Amino acid sequence: MIKHLRSAADLDAATATLILDTAAEMAALSGREVKKLPALRGRTVVNLFYEDSTRTRISFEAAAKRLSADVINFSAKGSSVSKGESLKDTALTLQAMGADAVVIRHSASGAPHRLANWVEGSVVNAGDGTHEHPTQALLDAYTMRSRLGRLDGLKVAIVGDVLHSRVARSNVLLLTTLGAQVTVVGPPTLIPLEVGAALSDKTQVSYDLDAVLPESDVVMMLRVQTERMQDSYFPSAREYSRRYGLDVPRLKRLPEHAIVMHPGPMNRGMEIAPEVADSPRSTIVEQVANGVSVRMAVLYLLLGGK
Amino acid sequence: MAQPRADAPSKIILAGSDLSRVVDRIAHQILEKTSGATGTVLLGIPTRGVPLAHRLAARIHAFEGVEVPVGSLDITLYRDDLRLQATRALGKTELPAGGIEGLRVILVDDVLFSGRSVRAALDALKDLGRPSSVQLAVLVDRGHRQLPIRADYVGKNIPTAHSESVKVALTEVDGADEVRLIGGLQ
Amino acid sequence: MAYLLKGVSVLGAAPTDLLIKDGVISDKTDKDAVVIDAAGLVALPGLVDVHTHLREPGREDAETVETGSRAAALGGYTAVCAMANTSPVADTAGVVEQVWRLGREAGLVDVQPIGAVTVGLAGKQLAELGAMADSAATVRIFSDDGFCVADPKLMRRALEYVKAFDGVIAQHAEEPRLTEGAQMHEGEVSTRLGLTGWPAVAEEAIIARDVLLAEHVGSRLHVCHVSTAGSVEVLRQAKARGVRVTAEVTPHHLLLTDELAAGYDPVFKVNPPLRTSSDVMALRQALRDGVIDVVATDHAPHAVQDKECEWSYARPGMLGLETALPIVLSVFGEQWDLIADRMSIAPARIAGLDGHGGDLTKAGTPANLTLVDPSASWVVDPSGLASRSRNTPYAGMTLPGRIVATFLRGEATVLDGKAVK
Ligand SMILES: [Zn+2]
Repeated sequence: MIKHLRSAADLDAATATLILDTAAEMAALSGREVKKLPALRGRTVVNLFYEDSTRTRISFEAAAKRLSADVINFSAKGSSVSKGESLKDTALTLQAMGADAVVIRHSASGAPHRLANWVEGSVVNAGDGTHEHPTQALLDAYTMRSRLGRLDGLKVAIVGDVLHSRVARSNVLLLTTLGAQVTVVGPPTLIPLEVGAALSDKTQVSYDLDAVLPESDVVMMLRVQTERMQDSYFPSAREYSRRYGLDVPRLKRLPEHAIVMHPGPMNRGMEIAPEVADSPRSTIVEQVANGVSVRMAVLYLLLGGK
Repeated sequence: MAQPRADAPSKIILAGSDLSRVVDRIAHQILEKTSGATGTVLLGIPTRGVPLAHRLAARIHAFEGVEVPVGSLDITLYRDDLRLQATRALGKTELPAGGIEGLRVILVDDVLFSGRSVRAALDALKDLGRPSSVQLAVLVDRGHRQLPIRADYVGKNIPTAHSESVKVALTEVDGADEVRLIGGLQ
Repeated sequence: MAYLLKGVSVLGAAPTDLLIKDGVISDKTDKDAVVIDAAGLVALPGLVDVHTHLREPGREDAETVETGSRAAALGGYTAVCAMANTSPVADTAGVVEQVWRLGREAGLVDVQPIGAVTVGLAGKQLAELGAMADSAATVRIFSDDGFCVADPKLMRRALEYVKAFDGVIAQHAEEPRLTEGAQMHEGEVSTRLGLTGWPAVAEEAIIARDVLLAEHVGSRLHVCHVSTAGSVEVLRQAKARGVRVTAEVTPHHLLLTDELAAGYDPVFKVNPPLRTSSDVMALRQALRDGVIDVVATDHAPHAVQDKECEWSYARPGMLGLETALPIVLSVFGEQWDLIADRMSIAPARIAGLDGHGGDLTKAGTPANLTLVDPSASWVVDPSGLASRSRNTPYAGMTLPGRIVATFLRGEATVLDGKAVK
């Protein structure tokens, strides 16, 4: 088993599949009355959050607690972190506390890689800057597999601000590893340079959402921050939503079986119309529930053994 | 504990039809001791306990026409030796549709050795519900218990040295039926 | 003190004896001279660096004029040009004279201050360039390095103004609007790492503009740390037209690529950033061709806490003085004439440093020289460097070429590979 989960690139197909299979077992066990499992008793998991993300933190916390790990939440607010303590000094403190795993959320890309140099335990990336968010990609893959029964050969469109999206990077890496065909879609200003060479040469690029939709089994809408238009990535929210928003007419262009995903939080009316977000084809609520199972699987596989 | 080397000498203890006869005997014992297997559920412990449980249910059905529900109970997350080896993949836990509440659960495993797996199974079971009683059926008991645990149904007692190991193969998993004693021979 | 270098090879020529006496190369004899067995050693004119950050005043925790001078001498340098981005900024005669005096006191290399182009490097108003030129430091190179003189009107004025005292503007070519938040070279690797890209065009666009401005006003332009193949093409064309432009490349841009950012270790963070291998190849060819005139270190010491952190929070820059010659040797081999020109003769000419980069075969040439053992190799150990900082990207690398001795105006600053003070 791998030691750290810093990037979806840390996962080969076998390991990624093992995580998804383990998550399925965890999900099955989560349905029962006694939710707690003893596997990580005596292990300490630290949630080190430099960015506010209550959803992700709670998801990791629930996952660790269901496996009976001790959880320490070390959030940037009201701690030495906000007083300017360096990541390295914080790491040494966590090391002294005997952290077996550190789940880190940070606004700087690569912070988990840096942290892994300074702690002996496992490092799990819970989102770093505009780099990656591998557990989000795992839960997205899990959701696709449970809805559509497979990942191999699945056609997935990832739509929106791919340039600034850590969710997109991790999903492209993971999904192509698992045999899906990924097309990133958005205005050219928001598609990173050489995305194919950088992430996976199987990645397609399109600027035309309408052309991609009829071919897609999954369409994943990324959050688009309206601030991006101040930086001239696109002219206006209205134009963005006309060209790249998923509305009801566009939903109808999708094949019958296709599903709609969104990593949240959504800008309803911007990248996704409210009717689409709430439609039965949307997996948005499921994604949240699957998050706990996937994170249990990750923590168990990283910490469960020797 | 010392494991015999892969190329250690080995000896077949049970093969093919012998193994089937042993399974038949356990099925008969269960019918006897449980008044016809009423109110009973068989839970196999992965990996090889699961096909064994299915075989037992099939034999019981053949002998008496009784349908005994079968499920599986994975004990990985309850093991006390998780940290002694690389992370183990999980097996399946699947309870029969009728659950286990108030029923007699018979845990089915291939080999009974230290008793630690059974202890883990009892822990796992406790989190799933409250059976009226729990019994244990094993294909082989090789001795060397480390906990106060005994089996209710034993296919074959095989006295072993600590340095030896017992390997059960089943057609469903391994492609053939046999029980092999490995190591400890000249 | 006189020194007799026995059996030394000047620029790879046949072994000879070289007498250093009264501060110059001498054709006399001196029976009291200290004899140095220089068999197998190559003598080069003392290296000259037109781009060094000595950090004093302001960041003495990272480097001082003295520690930087010692690192320079150990790297074979006899003169370094100290960049103006100190605190306070070297934008007045007072500050440049202070740096110049500190260099004299250290006495290990000639420290030639560079003056800021604009007040406080703010890019708004010309600093008192004439006063710095007229000061004891006789400043000739002006640079806002660290920042680009982005305003085209201000750049034009600066280029024109320094003609009065044969000054040169050394431009840090980086269009600031195209590099907002930039962390590394924009390309495949930045996409993978999720780091904001620093596009090659941000450098090339400024160089293109500045060579046109320099051509228009007939002034001298020097381009700092050229890092892209596109910049090389712009320079090649400008030089072919006769524009008075010179350019430098750093050792790290001649060797390292953006792939090194993959582990997010900020020791590889530098500005301009490490580029691709095709850029590296183009820069090497440009240095051979003379399109790029000199190798300059851009020696940029940083305190530990400014590098032992997240990539985005780290300061850009790398140590360079003690590894420059070995890196150039490893890239180009023992092409001593090329090395002497690009690392001593041409930089001395650009910086107006008479007495450096002289002809060692001529009696009377100031004895600024260094002795290299090209057959020795060494492993870079950050803690063994003379710089006060440790941010070398070459840690653990085995490099060819050891500096055995360095002489500044006939006095040894380095002997047996150790600084004399
Ligand atoms: Zn610069």
